Amino acid sequence: MELSGGEVLMEALKEEGVEYIFGYPGGAVLHIYDALYQQNSVKHILVRHEQAATHAADGYARSTGKPGVVLVTSGPGATNAVTGIATAFLDSIPMVVISGQVPSRLIGSDAFQEVDCVGITRPCVKHNFLVDSLENFASTIKKAFHVATSGRPGPVLVDIPKDLTTPDIKVPFEYPDHVEMRSYSPPELGHPGQIRKAVDLILSAKRPMIYSGGGVVLGDASEQLCALTRELGFPITQTLMGLGAFPASDKQNIGMLGMHGTYEANMAMHECDVLVAIGARFDDRITGEIEKFCPYAKIVHVDIDPASISKNVVVDVPIVGHVSQVLDAMVALVRESSRRPEQAELDSWWAQIKKWQDEDSLGYDKTADIIKPQAVVESLWRATKGDAYITSDVGQHQMWAAQFYGFDKPRRWINSGGLGTMGFGLPSAIGVQLAHPEATVACITGEASIQMCIQELSTCLQYNTPIKIINLNNRYMGMVRQWQEFGYEKRYSHSYMDALPDFVKLAESYGHVGMRIDKPGDVDDAIKEALSLTDRTVFMDFITDQSENVYPMIEAGKGHHEMRLNPWKEPA
Amino acid sequence: MRHVISVLLENESGALSRVSGLFSARGYNIESLTVAPTNDPTLSRMTIVTIGSERRIEQIIKQLNKLVDVVRLTDLTEVQFIEREIMMVKVRAVGEGREELKRMTDIFRGRILDVTESSYVIELTGDDHKIAAFLDTLGAENIIEVVRSGATGIARGEKSLKV
Repeated sequence: MELSGGEVLMEALKEEGVEYIFGYPGGAVLHIYDALYQQNSVKHILVRHEQAATHAADGYARSTGKPGVVLVTSGPGATNAVTGIATAFLDSIPMVVISGQVPSRLIGSDAFQEVDCVGITRPCVKHNFLVDSLENFASTIKKAFHVATSGRPGPVLVDIPKDLTTPDIKVPFEYPDHVEMRSYSPPELGHPGQIRKAVDLILSAKRPMIYSGGGVVLGDASEQLCALTRELGFPITQTLMGLGAFPASDKQNIGMLGMHGTYEANMAMHECDVLVAIGARFDDRITGEIEKFCPYAKIVHVDIDPASISKNVVVDVPIVGHVSQVLDAMVALVRESSRRPEQAELDSWWAQIKKWQDEDSLGYDKTADIIKPQAVVESLWRATKGDAYITSDVGQHQMWAAQFYGFDKPRRWINSGGLGTMGFGLPSAIGVQLAHPEATVACITGEASIQMCIQELSTCLQYNTPIKIINLNNRYMGMVRQWQEFGYEKRYSHSYMDALPDFVKLAESYGHVGMRIDKPGDVDDAIKEALSLTDRTVFMDFITDQSENVYPMIEAGKGHHEMRLNPWKEPA
Repeated sequence: MRHVISVLLENESGALSRVSGLFSARGYNIESLTVAPTNDPTLSRMTIVTIGSERRIEQIIKQLNKLVDVVRLTDLTEVQFIEREIMMVKVRAVGEGREELKRMTDIFRGRILDVTESSYVIELTGDDHKIAAFLDTLGAENIIEVVRSGATGIARGEKSLKV
């Protein structure tokens, strides 16, 4: 079979089982778009901005575990995609980005829409390629998918000069069935000796703590994590990225940890004597002040990336390997062993945790006559029975979503944890909804974040993705305002969102349903009504309390045991 | 501590900038970096001299290993190894000083590559201590120009870094 470059790409995507490609056409990819037009196995989703293409592909990837695929043109097409590529990179999301490049003979001449795309993306991709010949094209695509999806996943970019996709230049096509890369061999199996050492330490714990992260979600190891946690009866906390890997509704789950984690999770981190870190990377938003981190704990760390081990926190028992395999091995060893941690010690540890839980660190005023943002998230949780796919943008609403929407399943909570990208929520929800057409998909956002990719309301209409947008509108960049309140004596420098659009009319002008809700008593019914419109995108503009802060909070320089708690207390 | 790290990487365009980009992006110190193809034309060999705590060096090695273009690497500082660098130095050479310079060059086993009425270009090979000692001997006031290749290194004995 002889194919042109554009056809090679389409065949390669088909071989990779690609269902959707998110993109935006332009000069350097015209040949590719022509090949795309003449096939029907890969469906193209036309976004309104390339950043959204990467976020949509990202949402697709996070919710399915399959790589997201993006197609953009050279120059501004590629630079617009960079934010989304970096977002995927920081959260280790498998993604393949195909970018057009100016013709080979023009590279380096400052040609129209030329940018050194491989150079610009280098620090925010797992790897990238500039395809140098049509003969190497198919094998490069194969490598790109292999690198993106194996080991610690990540985005891979393939830059294709336009001349390689000229329709009348054809090469014999054969898609390789495996990849040979002498310089790339991701670790798979954890070292048995280390696993044994870890289990010995775990079984000797008096105040144990399991801390799991996004690696468990990415590594599809939720089942194994549940098995180990239940077998041991230990308390477990998750990072922002790890939510859902262990059910929020399970009693052993003591909530999220870190800057806006629960009081009990952070106190337990501080006091524990054995910490089992699984697929987590000791990010600064998790550890608080590193000098004060887990002062009494011996630490086990399971991660697929050797560079994550002892990067921020030096650990006692490192295990490099695939989390599901390592956890399977741990569960087997624990079940074989007759040893168990001292039950009396464990009971008193749980009793201590219970006391911390009594602090009710997520409590807020439910009697207020203005809508509390937390109440909206709780209402959504009740109405969707905790079973929706939730995307979010970045800021206070993201934290409230994480705190108040109890995720019981992995891959349901889709947010930009590492890069913290405002504008992520709506486009990523499009990717999620396309991957799960029957599911309820809600985007919890704020009036600042939503405006960073608001143009995608148009994409929602074109592809009929009935997303429910929950806009927690406090007329502030809430998280910025909160930090200014705490750290800058309430000098609210440029955190006020002035001249906001009428979101109801805006939604309507894009062909969607718009709703404005400003009374606490209307929240439940409005959400029910929106959810009943199963074939419509609904923009719900909730006018919320401007002064509400995210509590509890670990401020800069503080440890887990020094949380700032909500000054509001439930009246006795 | 000073570490000499040898890296075998794919001889492909962009591979060098992946390594140098890693160092600048993560704020790692880089004292010198040399790179050239090996007897296998598909591979380049790079020698990086860096300074950092043991933990920092461990991270550098892990991060280098993560780069897809890096095939193999070794921290030469952990074994017996030979380090060599080549330097060419242009010095003021006038009057009585000319003879003294010639003698010093012989003592350090250097070579004079170029002679004018008022200057020499001297070639010297050695590790960084030897090169520093020679520059000291020459005296800053006599030095017109210095060009150094950066260090290269190889392990002693049968141990080797190859694919």
